[in-house]
Amino acid sequence: MFVCHCGTNIAGTVDVEAVADAMKSESGVVYSATYQYMCSQSGQDIIKKAIRDYELGGIVVCSCSPRMHEATFRKAASSVGMNPYMVEIANIREQCSWVHKNREDATSKAITLARAAVAKLKLNFPLTPGESGVTKRALVIGGGIAGIQTALDIADAGYKVDIVEKSPTIGGKMAQLDKTFPTLDCAACILTPKMVDAAQNENIRIFSYSEVESVSGYVGNFTVTVKKKARYVKEDVCTGCGLCTEKCPRKKIPSEFNLGMDNRSAVYIPFAQAVPKVAVIDSEHCMMLKENKCGVCSKVCTAGAIDYTQKDEYIEEKYGAIVVATGYEPISLERFGEYARGMSPDVITSLEFERLTSAAGPTHGKLVRPSDKMKPNTVVFVQCVGSRCEPSLGKGKEYCSKICCMYTAKHAMLTKEKYPDAEVYVFYIDVRTPGKNFDEFYRRAAEEYGVKYIKGMVGKITPDGERLNVSASDLICRKKLEIKADLVVLAAAIEPSPTARALATKLASSMDTNGFFTEAHPKLRPVESPTAGVFLSGACQGPRDIPETVAQAGAAAAKVIGLLSKERLTANPCVAVCDEEMCSGCSVCGNVCPYGAITYVEKEFRVPGGRTKARRVASVNEAVCQGCGCCAVACMSGAMELKGFMSSQIMAEVDAICRTSR
Amino acid sequence: MECKGEALCAEVIRISASDVGKCMRCGKCSASCPSYDEMEYHPHEFAYMVSSGDADALLESDSAYKCVSCLTCSERCPCGVAPSRLVEAFRIIKARERSNAAFAPERSVFDDGEIPGQALVSAFRKFSK
Repeated sequence: MFVCHCGTNIAGTVDVEAVADAMKSESGVVYSATYQYMCSQSGQDIIKKAIRDYELGGIVVCSCSPRMHEATFRKAASSVGMNPYMVEIANIREQCSWVHKNREDATSKAITLARAAVAKLKLNFPLTPGESGVTKRALVIGGGIAGIQTALDIADAGYKVDIVEKSPTIGGKMAQLDKTFPTLDCAACILTPKMVDAAQNENIRIFSYSEVESVSGYVGNFTVTVKKKARYVKEDVCTGCGLCTEKCPRKKIPSEFNLGMDNRSAVYIPFAQAVPKVAVIDSEHCMMLKENKCGVCSKVCTAGAIDYTQKDEYIEEKYGAIVVATGYEPISLERFGEYARGMSPDVITSLEFERLTSAAGPTHGKLVRPSDKMKPNTVVFVQCVGSRCEPSLGKGKEYCSKICCMYTAKHAMLTKEKYPDAEVYVFYIDVRTPGKNFDEFYRRAAEEYGVKYIKGMVGKITPDGERLNVSASDLICRKKLEIKADLVVLAAAIEPSPTARALATKLASSMDTNGFFTEAHPKLRPVESPTAGVFLSGACQGPRDIPETVAQAGAAAAKVIGLLSKERLTANPCVAVCDEEMCSGCSVCGNVCPYGAITYVEKEFRVPGGRTKARRVASVNEAVCQGCGCCAVACMSGAMELKGFMSSQIMAEVDAICRTSR
Repeated sequence: MECKGEALCAEVIRISASDVGKCMRCGKCSASCPSYDEMEYHPHEFAYMVSSGDADALLESDSAYKCVSCLTCSERCPCGVAPSRLVEAFRIIKARERSNAAFAPERSVFDDGEIPGQALVSAFRKFSK
């Protein structure tokens, strides 16, 4: 028994000598001592010496929370040959001295806690952690800026990485942006070189137009099946010349890349800088695939890359770590009828505005009204459309989408730069610009560019002839405003990619109520998911801008590299164990397990009469189990137990506490 | 019943069952209000003044009777505050101050010149739903 003073942290309220004295007479305790700082080198030496001198079978340290120093004391004990799981911590700091003022009460509680620890220790048994190997290859799901950056960083460290991207090209949302805040440098100029780097890096493989079909295994040893959708073009043969796209007779298909603001052909390359720059045939619109009539692309292709018989291909690969980088989508504005979205082509979303101002966009960078291609003289920006809404109303999202204030300031500036005489209004609830050089950027829009920032939401937008009638109220001037606008830009809230939920199920990774991936700890483990070996990068975890995404991508890569650099992984031995004699195979534990660690096997059991009978029982994969204990709680027959926290041990602790307090 | 200050606000909240604390001051209610220019105090000010505990001015003003009970403010409010219910609560409190005799069955409310027409329209809107 080792009682720590922790300076005055514990000794200030707890009479540590009294605790040590009381424990001397406790059955099973052969040695009891106190020291000022038990975690220090000399404190640890006291522990080591006592273990050797008295040949102790286990020790109790009365000190701070096990979160603080359990590992320290376990290491000290194992250095002198004691199994580290024979060390128990009685937390007499956070749960005793810090929360009590009365010295007498605190001391008696400390004694009770120490007794409980002794009672548990008597039932402890040595545990040995298992080990498993690590596959030296990482999988990145999503090929936007988050996925690309993570893959590049992992590849730089010398590990193999595969990127799985659902669309025909990597690049994601950033490829659709025109300029980036707060520096106004062009998105393509900073993104496309990274896309090329990823394609040329010998450690990176890109599976474009592909999706994750299934995931099994556990940290260090995942097996993933990737579905490579048929693109009807041989990827390794196509040169990306684009002749097929010119000759294709089906040309009136709304372009996904330009958000339907212009058209593409049935065989297409998403945009000029696509990676891989390979054509893809849209099977829904291709006449050859639908009706077996046409075949023009195949005739004009000099490389012979067109293959109408291509089928979906399934690739199975092993990975040591998985990074989720599935990104975001703007929400649908269907439920915001008051903003005349759909009633007028001149009410656009911010992402559409990006395409309108982009040199590679449908208007080649000329900012015009979509309806009549005329210059807009009055442009109104509406912020928080669908963000910060009461969720029970079912209209929008509860959270702040974070990026809209900044990109709206950017859009307002870009408008003023193109048309200095244009009237530009921004309607806001709050302007939120935390970030390096962010507030300065917003102020520049208001002060230098003369953008009119008005506090108050827009109530209604009504098409009025060629223009749009915007009704709003200026809350600061207490004035009703009616503005005749030529173009209205709605800053739509962002939400997780619709593909994310199915993926989370496959990865046994948890999501919050908004569908964003949950991190293992919001402050201390922000890029790890609670599922071991699964990491998070970018907006799949919550709204974030490009600088933050890139920073997080690097952090996730560092975590992956740390994992892949290990030859063997030591598992936590405090995992669930199934008493097969008791197990009825009812599946309750498997259903509650958040990590997918429990499977069911048919096993032969001896039955009376010298015969055997097959029975279904639970089996725990110790490498996947995180020791959360859900199964042990849910098990109706008491077959599931958590090693190190067996029911008998917990009950012994409870008994000891009840005995003392009586 | 003399109702003022915090007590008045508590009564308004009780009658309207509106969660004014949820208001984030976006002003979408006022921006949607067709009677904005008629009103001395606007829908967002109803929410703001009630949540700040000082709404006596609203009782003295005739703004509550300028409301046409179109309920657009409640429909558009992203926070679910329902300003129209707050406005209605003020009309109810005023009516109760005048005693319930005004609503006695033997007396036709339609003949009572003292009841502003708007209160009647609002009542029809409310009860015909």
